Amino acid sequence: MLPSAEIILIAIALLMLGSATLAMSLRNLIHSALLLVLNWFAIAFFYLWADAEFLAFAQIIVYVGAVSMIVLFAVLLTRRQAADNTQKLRTASRTLSGLLAAAATFILIVWAIFKNNITAANPADKLPPTVDVKEIGQALAGPQIPALLIVGVILTATLIGAAIIASPIEKTED
Amino acid sequence: MDPLQLCLLISAALFCIGLAGVLTRANAILTLLGIELMLNAANLNFVAFWRYGQAAADSINPVIFVIFSIAVAAAEAAVGLALVIAIYRHKQSLRLPEANQLKG
Repeated sequence: MLPSAEIILIAIALLMLGSATLAMSLRNLIHSALLLVLNWFAIAFFYLWADAEFLAFAQIIVYVGAVSMIVLFAVLLTRRQAADNTQKLRTASRTLSGLLAAAATFILIVWAIFKNNITAANPADKLPPTVDVKEIGQALAGPQIPALLIVGVILTATLIGAAIIASPIEKTED
Repeated sequence: MDPLQLCLLISAALFCIGLAGVLTRANAILTLLGIELMLNAANLNFVAFWRYGQAAADSINPVIFVIFSIAVAAAEAAVGLALVIAIYRHKQSLRLPEANQLKG
């Protein structure tokens, strides 16, 4: 018997949350970065589970394909010897207060979800929404064209700025 | 449990794991990775509401929003890591508690 949708969702969620927890708590930076890549894969699986196929592949192309490369380059360019790979946590009191703040935020969000009775809209008879790639293309070229142009300008500006910030300062004779 | 509530709980848990990582780790790169986790959790929320929420059945606006959110998050990661590289070049260390030269 095939597993139900909820069991698949719980499996995806365990992979996602487990890799995120390990990524945030390991001492080795490269292990953290690779576990975060696994987390991004799990998020793409979630998008596939929710019938958003274009989003799943966009997530894989951008996050696993590009952002992971940026992160690994940054990790490898900012260490002098192999010992720099292991990172200490902050002091014990800061760690405890950080974890308490995160737990309090989680409790607050969960309380807000259950207090307002956020429920799905007729899951039994509502067909899952599907999205054509053609529809996305027509939306991006039509009603959403301002957003597309603005994001293009943002990407250009940030990448030029990042290249300038990260480049070494040339010492010139004045 | 309602599937929408389950998805929202998962994204809330992912957000709080990212928040815990940002608040407890001393390395600048791990802080940026925690911020990426939080952005991804927000995207999960959008997709959960698109799939199960009360919006019109043929609305693809949440999908468009998530596409732009992924793009902007990637740009922000690039700038953040360029700043990290610049700081490392100046101080030879990435520990955030030590990056306090502008502190009053």
